[in-house]
Amino acid sequence: MKSAIILFPGSNREKDMEMALTHVTGHAPQIVWHKESTLPDCDLMVLPGGFSYGDYLRCGAMAAHSPIMQEVIARANKGVRLLAVCNGFQMLVETGLVPGALLHNRSLKFICKQVHLRVENNTTDFTRAFTKQQVIQVPIAHGEGNYFIDADGVKALEDKDQIAFRYCDPSGAITDTANPNGSVYNIAGVFNDTKTIMGMMPHPENAVTPHANGHQGVGLFKSLVEALA
Amino acid sequence: MTAVRKEKPVIQEPAITAALAKSFGMTADEFQLVQDILGRMPTYTELGVFSVMWSEHCSYKSSRIHLKKLPTKGKCVIQGPGEGAGVIDIGDGQAALFKMESHNHPSYIEPYQGAATGVGGIMRDVFTMGGRPIANLNALRFGEPSHPKTKTLVKGVVAGISGYGNSTGVPTVGGETNFHKSFNGNNLVNAMCVGLAEQDAIYYARGAGVGQPIVYVGSKTGRDGIHGATMASAEFVDGAEDNRPTVQVGDPFTEKLLIEACLELMQSDAIISIQDMGAAGLTSSSVEIASKGEIGVVLNLDDVPQREQGMVPYEIMLSESQERMLMILKPGSEDTARKIIEKWDLDFAVIGYTTDDKRLVLNMYGEEWCNIPVPPLVDQSPLYDRPSVAPKKPAAIDDTAYPLGHDGAVAALKKLMGCPDLSSKRWIWEQYDSLVMGETIFSPGIANTQALKAGDAALVKIPNKAKALAMTSDVTPRYVHADPFEGGKQAVCETWRNITATGATPLAITNNLNFGNPEKPEIMGQIVTSLEGISAACIALDYPIASGNVSLYNETSGTAIQPTPAIGGVGLIADYKKSVGLGFAAEGETILVIGTTRGHLGQSLYLRELHGKEEGSVPPTDLLAERANGDFVRANIMDGTITACHDVSDGGLLVAVAEMAMAGQIGATVESADSNLAGFWFGEDQSRYVVTTKDADHLISAAKTAGIPILKIGTTSGKSLVVDGTSISVADLIAINEEWLPKYMNS
Repeated sequence: MKSAIILFPGSNREKDMEMALTHVTGHAPQIVWHKESTLPDCDLMVLPGGFSYGDYLRCGAMAAHSPIMQEVIARANKGVRLLAVCNGFQMLVETGLVPGALLHNRSLKFICKQVHLRVENNTTDFTRAFTKQQVIQVPIAHGEGNYFIDADGVKALEDKDQIAFRYCDPSGAITDTANPNGSVYNIAGVFNDTKTIMGMMPHPENAVTPHANGHQGVGLFKSLVEALA
Repeated sequence: MTAVRKEKPVIQEPAITAALAKSFGMTADEFQLVQDILGRMPTYTELGVFSVMWSEHCSYKSSRIHLKKLPTKGKCVIQGPGEGAGVIDIGDGQAALFKMESHNHPSYIEPYQGAATGVGGIMRDVFTMGGRPIANLNALRFGEPSHPKTKTLVKGVVAGISGYGNSTGVPTVGGETNFHKSFNGNNLVNAMCVGLAEQDAIYYARGAGVGQPIVYVGSKTGRDGIHGATMASAEFVDGAEDNRPTVQVGDPFTEKLLIEACLELMQSDAIISIQDMGAAGLTSSSVEIASKGEIGVVLNLDDVPQREQGMVPYEIMLSESQERMLMILKPGSEDTARKIIEKWDLDFAVIGYTTDDKRLVLNMYGEEWCNIPVPPLVDQSPLYDRPSVAPKKPAAIDDTAYPLGHDGAVAALKKLMGCPDLSSKRWIWEQYDSLVMGETIFSPGIANTQALKAGDAALVKIPNKAKALAMTSDVTPRYVHADPFEGGKQAVCETWRNITATGATPLAITNNLNFGNPEKPEIMGQIVTSLEGISAACIALDYPIASGNVSLYNETSGTAIQPTPAIGGVGLIADYKKSVGLGFAAEGETILVIGTTRGHLGQSLYLRELHGKEEGSVPPTDLLAERANGDFVRANIMDGTITACHDVSDGGLLVAVAEMAMAGQIGATVESADSNLAGFWFGEDQSRYVVTTKDADHLISAAKTAGIPILKIGTTSGKSLVVDGTSISVADLIAINEEWLPKYMNS
């Protein structure tokens, strides 16, 4: 599987993603500078975490208009898989490729902690290595990860099986105390309607390498390798 | 150079008088010395340059004479104090660069920006030298919780550290937070950064030659932070908030770009010498480059990228606008450098050149505003051997006179685990991203940590290697206050112990000396005596000082802080897989104490929290025992005998055991071995570790052979901590420990 990580000014989890992809796929991803206008041939594009452009405007809003993004959107529309994590997810909703918006955490503070996620749809290229409703533990690290969508939007996501992960307690129960940031319906990650694009706030890439103390993010990368190798 | 001559604004500079010099923080003698050096009255700009260069903050005029005596050499030290950061050898041709620096005064005046720019400044000290910042730590001291300003300060300082550190993508992996009334009018914000570099690619301020271009990189210069170094060299009087315009404003996004741009440029051979514009901005960076290269500098201030209209030389030279660098480039490499810097959308400007006349010459609007000989500006800067009086040590107390209440050790433990100093700081560290960069093995806190594991020191792996750096920051201000010599020793030893407890070998320290007004002999006595204690410990442990920072005048209306020489320690472990955490690792393991338990209650948290007394002598540290106990513990971690390890510090033995239970979510049954239960469980005797092992017989016999005191106190088991027959669940301990800070912050 060939992958490419797009690097924006202010991105800061590209190395984490690179380590995770290299560990699981055996190949180092290409790093593509945001001012480029062409992408190398690849099976997976990644928008990494960080604070692109300092997040001084709405998070991800500036990066969504970087030169490279036209090409990313064009490839994604052709079906090249796109994984967008944290700040990448914020960019993704700005492009409109997936619905919703990301607001300030309800605590109004940045939060870095371990959370539990329940896999809502394990039939996609991003999640096939998980079991249905499997509970995984991965960290979050964000100030604006409060996913918002209106009630009709939630229903539309549910109807098309577009919810990827929901915050839950260790037993898999979806509770308000297990919701770290106030996200509607405890939504932690979503797909586009064809399941070729996934955006999520948590950091599976920080739960992959042998030296990480948790490894429950591995399934996501294994899924991609199975599907795209 | 295509500089546009800016329209000269109407400039009305004040007359140069002794009163003006005084308002710049200079004494009459210092003002006279300036006139003697120049052979004339200084200009307004020159007076500004002299005053900041000779401020306590930049010149270390009260402490320099004593700092010279510190042990700064050791086999691992590549660069000791004097450059941006200390540099030590960590093998494989790699180096760790690190330093801790205070941003106390600005953080009190404007907590968010003060703390944020403290983090930014210390990172620049590291990447200026070619080190990629890989970890940040912070040591925070606030006033008593009931003081009306404390909560706002905690909130602002933590948000500032979080906002800046997280955005730059450097993990904040450790720190400490204490509360005490002596910090009511002066909080302490000490930020530490650790970086990684190849030994053959370290950059220094020294080395510039004649006829080389001087380049300005980074943010534009504004009017923020003018005279910040002078403000940080004065006592506060009530109403210090009026100094807000002297606090700088941070931009972490630009910092992140500056990190990447500088490190990319350093891959080429364009840079000869580099300095960040920290305290005293363009003044100190240009003077330092000139002084260290024994050359002169001409700056054309028209070419300095400016954020505001009509700035005058005085403002440009004294601005402390953040995220700026000054570089000396190899002639001819300007275009290469410009390309890289502009790739990152940062300002790049050639603003001058180096000369052979050893003078600092400043031109703007077609006029010369400053012409100062650099050697006397630096070499004749005031140096004071201020009078000091030896501190009086408090009398020892009777350790048997403060028994437990009728409800026993567990009740006392509950009170301690919920007190502000020992309570969980989750509310703070959950705002810090400790995981970014993907190399964090031990993150802050005890139970349910971000990295899923807790250790006595933060542990961060080196990319693509098995080795990891252990780092910690420690000092016990109440000890230093009661006995500066023992307190200074103890601060160094506690960092050494915390690093040792992970299995790593301690290598070197940075010190951040926070004290009151050095013009008072009793404060000077604290400084001198604690430095003697620090030196004694560093020498005994072969643990040199690689860098340091001094913050004086931490006083408000005549009341000084408890002396706080914060020590940042860095150690190395060859294989992170051999490290141990502080949490109990498994049930059925034996719990032992390494080191001697005498039951010393003087200056203990138990005495303060349970009996309301801050008295008695400081627990003495036997440096030979410290080293022997630590070396024994480390060796037995390396060979796998010890499965978990925690040093005994604030709160004593039972607090250490409780923290191990909370971190591992495993209970224990422990029994006291002394009839003075308060002293046994809560005494703060030094040089001790609690360890667990599957093979107690082996560890005990190894200790006996080595002459190391060892005592079996119990076994790990179940979900409760049982102390001399009284039980408390680990879940309850965690709940008590987690309760105070969020409740306080939300009240």
